[in-house]
Amino acid sequence: MTLVAGLFDISTQHYFVVGALLFTIGAVGLLVRKNTIVMFMCVELMLNAVNLTFVAFSKALDDAAGQAAVFFTLIVAAAEVAVGLAIIVAIFRRRQGVTADDIDLLKG
Amino acid sequence: MILGVAASLVAHNPRIDWFGIAPEGTLVATAVAVLLLDLVMPRRDSWQTSRLASVGVLVSLGFVVALYERHGGTTPMFGGAYVVDNYAIALKGFFLVVAYVTILLAVDYIGEGDYYQGEFYFLLLTSVLGMTVMTSARDLITIFVALETISIPTYVLAGYRKHDRRSNEAALKYYLIGAISSAFMLYGMSLIYGVTNSTLLSDISDKVGQTGHGKVLAVAIFLSLIGFAFKVSAVPFHWWAPDTYEGAPTPVTAFLSVASKAGGFVAMLNIIFFGFSNRSNVWWVVAWLLAILSMTLGNLTALRQTNIVRMLAYSSIAQGGFMLVPFAAYGIARDHGHLSVAQTSFQAVVIYLLIYGAMNLGAFGCVIAVARRTRSADIEGYGGLFTTSPALTVCLSMFLASLTGIPPLAGWFAKFVMFRSAIDAGGWAGTSLAIVAGVNSVIAAYYYLNVVRTMWFKAPATEAGPVQVPSALGFSIALCTVLVLAIGVYPQLVGHIGDLAAKAASVATGS
Repeated sequence: MTLVAGLFDISTQHYFVVGALLFTIGAVGLLVRKNTIVMFMCVELMLNAVNLTFVAFSKALDDAAGQAAVFFTLIVAAAEVAVGLAIIVAIFRRRQGVTADDIDLLKG
Repeated sequence: MILGVAASLVAHNPRIDWFGIAPEGTLVATAVAVLLLDLVMPRRDSWQTSRLASVGVLVSLGFVVALYERHGGTTPMFGGAYVVDNYAIALKGFFLVVAYVTILLAVDYIGEGDYYQGEFYFLLLTSVLGMTVMTSARDLITIFVALETISIPTYVLAGYRKHDRRSNEAALKYYLIGAISSAFMLYGMSLIYGVTNSTLLSDISDKVGQTGHGKVLAVAIFLSLIGFAFKVSAVPFHWWAPDTYEGAPTPVTAFLSVASKAGGFVAMLNIIFFGFSNRSNVWWVVAWLLAILSMTLGNLTALRQTNIVRMLAYSSIAQGGFMLVPFAAYGIARDHGHLSVAQTSFQAVVIYLLIYGAMNLGAFGCVIAVARRTRSADIEGYGGLFTTSPALTVCLSMFLASLTGIPPLAGWFAKFVMFRSAIDAGGWAGTSLAIVAGVNSVIAAYYYLNVVRTMWFKAPATEAGPVQVPSALGFSIALCTVLVLAIGVYPQLVGHIGDLAAKAASVATGS
C-alpha cells in the first residue's frame, strides 16, 4: 500500500522531469522530422515544456512571477504560430509541399 | 509579479516616467498611424506612409536626445524591470538612426516593386520598437518579449517578396531558427527563475553568485546563451543567416544584419553583464569558443563567395565573432579577478556595434544601388564600376576598407577597442583571442579588398551606363560615408558614447 502511495504521490519534482522530457522530445523531433508543420508542433512542445517548468517552479517557490511568465510565453507563441503558418501557406501555394529537404534553393 | 503589480496599484500608483518612455510611445503611435494612413490612402499614394514613418522615427530620436539632455540619471520603472539610463539612451539613439537609414534604403526598392507599402513600414517600426525596449529591459520576461517583438516582424519582412520562392525559403528558415532559439532561451530562463526565485536581473546577479545549484545554473546559462547565439548568428548556430540574407529583399537584409543582430547583442549585454557576471566561470568558455569559431569559419567561408550579399552575410558572421571577443574577455578577466576590464569590454561591445552599424548599412546601400542596374548581386558584375559610377565606387571602397579595419576609417577604432579588451584580459585565453582576431583581420582583408580590386581594375562585364542612384538612397549612403569618415578621424565621437554607456552599466552592476 505504501509502495503504491509512494508511486502515485506526485510532487513538484515530477513536473520538472516531465518538463525536461517534453523539451527533449520536442528537440529530438525537430532533428528527425522533415515535415515543416510537424517541426512547428515540436517547437510548440518545447514551449509548453517551458510553461510547465515555469508553473512548477512558481508553485514550488510560492511566487507568482512564474505564472505571469507563462502568460507572456503563450501570447508570444500564438503570435509566432500565426506568422509561421502564414509563411507555410505562402510556400505551399508555390510548390505544393512543405518537406524541409525540398526547400533548398539557397545554399553555399 | 502580477500580484505585486496589483498590490502596488492598490497601495499607490506605480511610478511611470512618461517622458522616459516617450521614444517608445512615439514609435507605437507612428506604427498605428502608418497602418491607418495606408488604409485610407489610394494604392498609388501609399508611398506617403514612408514619409510618416521616417518623421515618426525622427521625432522619437528627438525625444531620445531630450532624454540625454535631461541629466536625470537612471530612472528605474516597474520595480527595476525597465531602466532608462545613459547606456539605454545611447543604444536607443543608435537603433533609431539605423531605422531611419533603413527607411531611406527601402523607399525606392519597396516603391518600385509590387509590394504592400504601409505594412512594410509598420513591421519595420514594430521591430524597432522591440529594439528600443530591449535597451531598457532588465528583467528576463521583458527581455524575452522585446526579443520576440524584434524577431516576429522580421520573419514577415524576410518573406516580403511573397511570390518569390527564394524569399519564402528565407522566411521559413529564419522563422524556424528563430522559434527554436526562443524555445532554448526560454527553457534556460525558466531554470534560472527556478534557481534564483526572481526574473529581475539585479536579483539574479546577487543570487547566482552564491554557491549551490551549480549544475542546474550551468545548464540554464548554457541554454540561454545558445538562444542568443542563434539570434546573433554565431558559429555553429549561423547556417540560417546566409540563406536568409540572400533570399530576403536587400533593404531587409541590411536591417537584419545590423539592427536585428545588434538587438541580439544588446540582449546578451544585458543578461551577461547585469545578470550572469558573478558566474563568469560558466560562460566565458562558451563566449570564447563562439567568438573563435565565428571569426574563423565566417571569414574562411566568405573567401569563396561569388555573390556579394552572401559574402556580406558571412562577413557579418565574422564581425559578430569580433563583437563576441569583448564578452569572452570580460568573462576571462572576471574569472581572474580583474574587475577593471568590465568597463573596457562593455565599452568595446557598444562602440563596435555603433561603428559596425554605420559601415555595414553603407555597404548594403551601395549593393542596393548597384543591383538597380545589374539586377544581380554577383561580384563579377562589379567589374569596371569605377569607370561608370566613380562616386559610388569610392563610397563602397570606403565601407569595405572600413570593415577591413584600415585607418583612418571608423573600422580601425572598432577593431582597436576589441583588441584592447582581449589583451587587457590577459592569460592564455585572452592572448589566444587576440591572436585569432588578428589572423582573421588579415583573412578578411583578402575578400573585402578583392571586391575593391574588381571595381577599380577589372574591365566591365557588360556595356552598361552609370548606376542611377535615387535621392533617398544617395542621401543614406552619404550619411554613412560621413559617419564612417568622421568616426575614423575623430573616434572620440563614439568613444564618448561608449564611455557614458559603460559608466551607466558599471553603476548598475556595481563593479
